[in-house]
Parts: sequence; structure tokens; C-alpha cells
Amino acid sequence: MTTTEERPAAEIGAPRRRKEDQRLITGRTRWTDNITLPGMLHLTMVRSPVAHGKIASIDTEAAKAAPGVIAVITGADIADEQGSLPCAWPITPDQKAPPHPAVAVDTVNFAGEIVACIVARSPAEARDAVELVDVDYDDLPVVLDMAAAAQGGELTHPDLGTNVSATWVYDSAEAGTGSDVEAAISSSDIVVERTYRQQRLIPAFMEPRSVVCDPTGEQTTLWSATQIPHILRLMLALTCGISESKVRVIAPDVGGGFGGKLQVTPEEVITLVVARRLGRPCKYTETRSESIMAAHHGRDQIQKLTLSARRDGTVTGLKVELLADMGAYLGLVSPGIPILGAFMYNSIYKFPAYRFVCTNVFTNKNWTDAYRGAGRPEATYAIERIMDELAVEVGVDPMEIRERNWIKHEEFPFSTVAGLEYDTGNYEAATARAKELFGYDALRAEQEQRRQSNDPVQLGIGISTFTEMCGLAPSRVLGALSYAAGGWEHASVRMLPSGKVEVVTGTSPHGQGHETAWGQITADRLGVPFDDIEVLHGDTQISHKGLDSYGSRSLTVGGMALVAAADKVIEKARPIAAHMLEASVDDLEFTAGRFNVRGTDSSLGIGDIALAVFAAHDLPFGVEPSIDAEATFDPANFSFPHGTHLCAIEVDTDTGAAKIRNYTCVDDIGNVINPLIVEGQVHGGLVQGIAQALFEEAVYDDSGTLVTGSFVDYLVPSAADLLNFTTDRTESPSTTNALGVKGVGEAGTIASTPAVVNAVVDALRPLGINDIEMPCSPYRIWTAIQAASSGAKTPTDNPTVDEPAQPTHNAATSEAMTTETSGDNAIDTEGGRA
Amino acid sequence: MARINMVVDGVSYSDDVEPRTLLVQYLREDVGKTGTVVGCDTSNCGACTVLLDGVSVKSCTLLAVQADGHEVTTIEGLSSSDGGLHPMQQAFHDNHALQCGYCTPGMIMQSIDVLNSNPSPSEHEVRDGLEGNLCRCTGYQNIVKAVMSVSKGGAA
Repeated sequence: MTTTEERPAAEIGAPRRRKEDQRLITGRTRWTDNITLPGMLHLTMVRSPVAHGKIASIDTEAAKAAPGVIAVITGADIADEQGSLPCAWPITPDQKAPPHPAVAVDTVNFAGEIVACIVARSPAEARDAVELVDVDYDDLPVVLDMAAAAQGGELTHPDLGTNVSATWVYDSAEAGTGSDVEAAISSSDIVVERTYRQQRLIPAFMEPRSVVCDPTGEQTTLWSATQIPHILRLMLALTCGISESKVRVIAPDVGGGFGGKLQVTPEEVITLVVARRLGRPCKYTETRSESIMAAHHGRDQIQKLTLSARRDGTVTGLKVELLADMGAYLGLVSPGIPILGAFMYNSIYKFPAYRFVCTNVFTNKNWTDAYRGAGRPEATYAIERIMDELAVEVGVDPMEIRERNWIKHEEFPFSTVAGLEYDTGNYEAATARAKELFGYDALRAEQEQRRQSNDPVQLGIGISTFTEMCGLAPSRVLGALSYAAGGWEHASVRMLPSGKVEVVTGTSPHGQGHETAWGQITADRLGVPFDDIEVLHGDTQISHKGLDSYGSRSLTVGGMALVAAADKVIEKARPIAAHMLEASVDDLEFTAGRFNVRGTDSSLGIGDIALAVFAAHDLPFGVEPSIDAEATFDPANFSFPHGTHLCAIEVDTDTGAAKIRNYTCVDDIGNVINPLIVEGQVHGGLVQGIAQALFEEAVYDDSGTLVTGSFVDYLVPSAADLLNFTTDRTESPSTTNALGVKGVGEAGTIASTPAVVNAVVDALRPLGINDIEMPCSPYRIWTAIQAASSGAKTPTDNPTVDEPAQPTHNAATSEAMTTETSGDNAIDTEGGRA
Repeated sequence: MARINMVVDGVSYSDDVEPRTLLVQYLREDVGKTGTVVGCDTSNCGACTVLLDGVSVKSCTLLAVQADGHEVTTIEGLSSSDGGLHPMQQAFHDNHALQCGYCTPGMIMQSIDVLNSNPSPSEHEVRDGLEGNLCRCTGYQNIVKAVMSVSKGGAA
């Protein structure tokens, strides 16, 4: 363990305006779809309209004869070349996984799966020909209900003999991190049992996925709107049986990802295979409707929690039984997503006993995989919801129940019941600041007044005190979790003869602003002007080594690799500086970009040394003529950002409309490189979490057709749906990395969903309502109010909630969302969805 | 094919296009204005917003032939002749009103239109004016702030 170093920091901590903005605000961008190559052909995909069926026949003759069409390719045509799309995370040795062809060969397993690919001279000709491919399907039984599927019955993949992919268990008694949870539950004063539903979500990055492949060079070059150029290169080589050294992957400007572009996609494999087969550059760009249907989805879990406590509210044990819908296939890291949550259900609390059981289930739906937060939002939601329920049982303010159970700041470092060591944190400080900014006591008073007066507009106050594990990840931990790769990151620093600096990073930003933030780190570390630094990324020929950007890892892991590389530059330069200054190495100190001879005014800038090394005329004997350096950094631990989020929401009990009045959050993400970027990440994260709470849900109908198939139906919120947030920070620097940073990319999304839903439920609790299933649409809220006021409780054994949404305009309110609610929440997971 | 004449970012173009060609396709594929992007296929996201005779339109909802004889301004035509940024571009930069930047061209064009029709909007009016433009990164707070800063009485 290292401690945070004290350094003069001119750039770190400064609200630098971003370098990358210039091209983005002027339209001089390099999105993949902007790329045009000589002789380039255009691909479109023929997708299955059925969710489960045998491909009886495919007639491609009419399409092949259509104007401009060069080829029509079916799964059978490329069965030998396309391999099987990779899953890098077998969570158990006996995990079940079906083959995953890029183009279906004989069976389709979800609506939207690719059954053929059109290659044509123009995008329009390629699209026209899609309509001319005639596919006959023999329907197979469609499996949609994960809870029922887990019990058996019809099978998503009959060849596997089960719908269960894997069952993964963490037990604190077995792991030696706590006591036996069943014993705790059976001997406790209070037992609260709740089931929560994480609806299926769609990442909805703004740039649709696009891929261009040029097979004409010695290396096959693939541009892709991906978060993971390095992983993609390796996986494409392995999947398609091509030498890795023959593949170059470039992620140019990438328009958002949120985990949704953390994938090796069928479309990438197909474009590569087709381009290589035809020997011509090919491009595929999805439509938004295709993206919503076939780019991987997120969440989709049923969470059953059993929480036991003493009469005073001290929690004695937590048992989590999770069902996770994998959809039809296992994507790159699908099976591990719910497992990442396993370490977070205990959150900021001191639970003595814990057991987590997750069952991953196949259904005939698009596959799920990483989506902003990936396992941690689910865990945080469930624990923060049920802590409110415990507060009701005990009869105290929900903040009080948290304070009674959370880890106190003097108790860090703290070993959790889930086996992690939290290095730092100060939940008291963040909470105190948040309550002050929010006006907690005054809002509670107003709430009481509205309750007393039976105001038709009730006020709810929601709390979310969260932590997350960031900085994926210590490689040894990933190894213990059976993940196929490590969690290190790479960086190099090139000192140019003119004194300018090129930083090459293995992280792959797609909106996060690494070009700016890495520049700030480098400027401070090397003492060179910010504007003299260029940050290069996203091209495996330039950045040859890296593990890319996801899991709030880029700064804590990639930033530290950069620090290590920059420090190596200084150490390589030191003997050369001593030689040039005719001084002893021991007499040199490096500050603000210069080596100074202590006690003299003799000094040399790092740029002077870069030039001297370039000339190499007079170097110490045996010294390499280079001060360039690279470093690979493997984190010693995760980092643990935390925060307190408070939401005040007004619920109109006549209409069910819920309107956020105030959202205040105080996050502790450790030291901050660029507060502008941090605040932006928090804002955007909050909105994605709020969107899960109030607006978004991917809905399939009974035949397995995605009803929410466009932005008309899938309600990504607009500016008019939202408000300005009050944000602030406390800073408890991480002690496990020298920058003292923790990561911020997912914090807002993880924290905000339970804050909002807790607020909605808090508003309605006097009516006897203790849950509203997400998204808390006006219709669901109104229905819950009607059921409660008529005294008709929703049957506990017939929970839930996945009725198709009616098409609605993407507007501020979503009254037309057709849903139902579970007024009482003692849902039996085996009851499943209707 | 239909012959169309259009001024795009101050330059006159004359082209034969398929009648079904969308304005955004014409701009991107024929004129090479790839600064204007496509984000959806249902006219919900606004990423393709341009100005047609000074008024914002989603260029995916208009056929190229409908813009025949008109003047189109894209994100690439906003800068002054000496390369200086339009005040709205500068405001987006200053206020960190973009992250991935994919929605940004459309968002900037719509923001200009919002202020053209109401130079002194309230924050609420700005939010309503941007309702047809989706951003997944920023949570809109800094976008609203940027637009307010350019408005009359703004902090710009």
C-alpha cells in the first residue's frame, strides 16, 4: 500500500476546458460512419422477426439479383469462418453456453438475430435488398420468463438440456469473512423479505454502432465504434482464426458506450469476414432500431433479499437470491455482470453474515451484458430499498437506520463481509454535507405538513448512501473470479526532440475526456506545458497494449500507468542530466520540469534532455539514447467511491405524476484531476439512473418481439424531463494509488436509482404502499394508489410487471405506459412475470 | 433522379439525387458534411439538426428535394471566416456541455434556433426548446447552462 504523495499541482485539480471539444463542436469528427474508402461496399443485415425458430429455408436469389448487390451471405456460407462469438467470463467450471454464431446457421434464438448479410455498392441498395430475402422459420416455443425458465419447462437451447447457465454462490461463512446467514436470520428480532425487479434496459449510446473493415493491406484494419479496441483485436483474431499480428483495430471518435460498446459484436465479425472474403473494404452502420433490438441490453434481474436485524435496527444478516436473465447468448462478460454485484450488496454497512446466490438464466431475448454500473447499480438499488423497509420496521428515519449500520470513518481500512478491503471513506462527512445542501430537516417538516393536510401532492424524500468498487481490477482478483484476462493498464510517454510530449494510453475514451485529463497528469508529473502534450489512444498500431475503458477503471488504473511511465522518464533522464550538468546524480532534484543541482542555479529542462538524447552526441557511456518510457500498472486493490444522494419528489396522488423537485448529491471520489469533467460525469450518471427509476424499460411482448423498438417507445429522457442537480464533493483520497483517485464514471448511475424510487415510495407510504416497480411511470404510481385506496392489495403471488408498454411519444411524461404494479412487495421469485 | 440546387454553408451545390434521399444523407454522402450525424430513424434524437433558411430542422425528416432552392447551415458552417467559433460553440466548450460529442452538432444548431426565436428564455424555456434533442452523456445541465450563458442577460 502506498500513500498519496504531496506534489505541487498546477494542472491536477484545475477545471481545464477539454482539448477534444474543438473537433466535436465544429463537426470535424472521425466517427466510424464518416469513413469512406476507395471501392468500399456497404453491408446491411437481415434479422429474424421471430424469437425462436429453426431456419427452414433462406431464398436469397431475388436479393442477389437486385441492383447494386454484390453478395448475399448466410450463416451456412460462412459457418466455418465466423467461429463463435466469445464469452470471456466463465463464472463456474460447468457454466452452460450455446454456440454463438455471428450469422445464425440453423436456429434463431431472439428476435433481431442476424440470418443473412447483404453486400451492395451503396447503403440504399443494401437496405433495399434486405426486403428481398425470403426466410422461412419453423417456430419453436419461446422462453421469455426468467423465473419460469429457471424452473425448467420449455428450453431456450434444447441442446443444453436446461435454461440455467450457471449458479454462483458467495457465502461469508464458507469464505471466512462472516458468520452463517441462516443462523443469523433464524435468531433475529426482525426479518424483512423483499423482491425487487431490475427491468431490462438499453444502453442507448447516441452514436449507433458502426464498423469499417479494410482487408487490402498487410494488416486487416478494422475501425469500430467500440470501447475496447485492444480486447476486440485479440478476440477477433481468436474468433476468426486470424493471426493477431495481422489485425489492427482503430476506435476513432466514439460516441458514447456506457458498457454497450464493451462487446465483440456479430456485426464486427461479419464485416471482417465479408471484407476478407471479398477483398474489398466494407462498412456496416446500424440503424437506431437495429441498435435497440440487437446491441446488447442491460440489467434484467429479479432480486430476492432477506434482511435480518435486531430490534434496534442493527443488521445481523443478508441473504440475496438473484435471478439474472442472460437472454439468448452469453456476451463478452454477460455471466460476470450480476457477480460484480455480489461484492456490493453489503454496501457501506457492517453486516456480520452474508450469502449471495445468483442463477443465470437463458431466455429468447437479446443478450444482456455490461451497462453503466454493471452489477453494482442492481446491488445498490436492492440494499438501499430494503434498508428503507427496515427503517419502517424499526420505526426510525431511514437515515438513522443507515447511520446505525454503516462503517464509521475511523474504522477504515475495513474488511467487508463480501471479502473486500475498503481503504478509505467518510460516510458521515458526505452525509452531513448532503443533508445541509438539501435542507433535509426542512423538507421532512414540509412532508409532515403535507401528510397532515392530506395534500393531493405528497412529498417524498429518498436516500441513497452508496459505495461501489471501481478501478477494474486487480488481476489476481479477476483470476479468482475466473475472468479470462487481467485488469492492468498500459501507458507510454514519448519525449520528442522539440520538447513536446506524446502520451500513449491503453485506455479508450469515448466521451470521458482522457485527452485532457491525461494531459493534466502528464503536465504536472513532467513539468511540461499542458498544450505541449498530445494524448494518443484507440489504435492498436499506436497504442499496442491496453485493456480499454469500462468499470470506472481508466483513471485509477490507466492514470496510474501513466504516472509510472512518466516517473520512468524522469529516472531515465536523471543520469543524462547529471552528465550534462557535470553534477552527481545524488545532487539533482527534479521540480517543475527541471533538474536542478541543489544549492546552485544550474539546471536543465526535461525538453533540453530530450533534444540531447535525440542528438545523442554526448551521453554517458553505455546509456541508451532514449528517455521514452512505458509502464504497465496492476492495481493492488479496487477503489471505493461513495456518496450520499438525496432526492425530493412531488407525487400527484390524483394523476400519479412524479416530479423531482430537488436532487442533491455529495460524492467522495477521492482526489480530482479535473472538476469540470467530474461534475459532467456525475450529471450524466444521475440522469441514467433517474431514467431507470422513472422512464426506461425494454419490453418484449408474448411472442418475444421487442415492443420498445425505437426512441418513440424507449424513453430516453430529454432536457425537458429533468432539472438542475446540486452536486458537491468530499475528498477522502484512495490510499491504494499514488494519485489518490477512485473513479467517477458510474457513481451517479449507481446511486440515483434507489434515491428516486425511495422518494416515490416515501411519498406514498402513508397510503400503505411499500413498493412501485421500475420505471415508476405515472400509470404505475396511479394504479398503486388506486389499489391502495380501494383496499385491494395486489396479490403477493402474482407480482409483476412486464406488460408491454404502449407506444408513447418521447415526452416529459409517459402516461401511456401500460404497466401494472405490485402494491405489496413480498414477491416470490418463482411467481415470475406474467 | 432529381436535380436540386442548394446553398450549404455558403457554397452552392447542384446535384442529381434520388427523390427518396433524405437531406441528411445528401449532406453526408454527397456534400461531405459529415459533421452532421444520424442518431436515430424516428426523428426523436435531433442529432441531425441543421438550419434551413435559418430555422432548425431535423435533416432526417426532410427530403433533399424539399430543400431544393434553400439555404442550409450545418455545424461546419458556423465558424466565422477567420475560423473563430460561433458564440454557441464557444459556450458549449466553456461550460463542458458535451462529452462524447455525438449529439453536439444537432444540440448546438437547435440551441441557436432556441435563442433566435427567444433571445431571453428562462431555463425552463431552454429545456423545452431542446426537448427534441437527446443527449446520453451530460444530463443536459451544462447544455442548459451554455445556452443560458449566450442568451441576452446571460453570463457570457
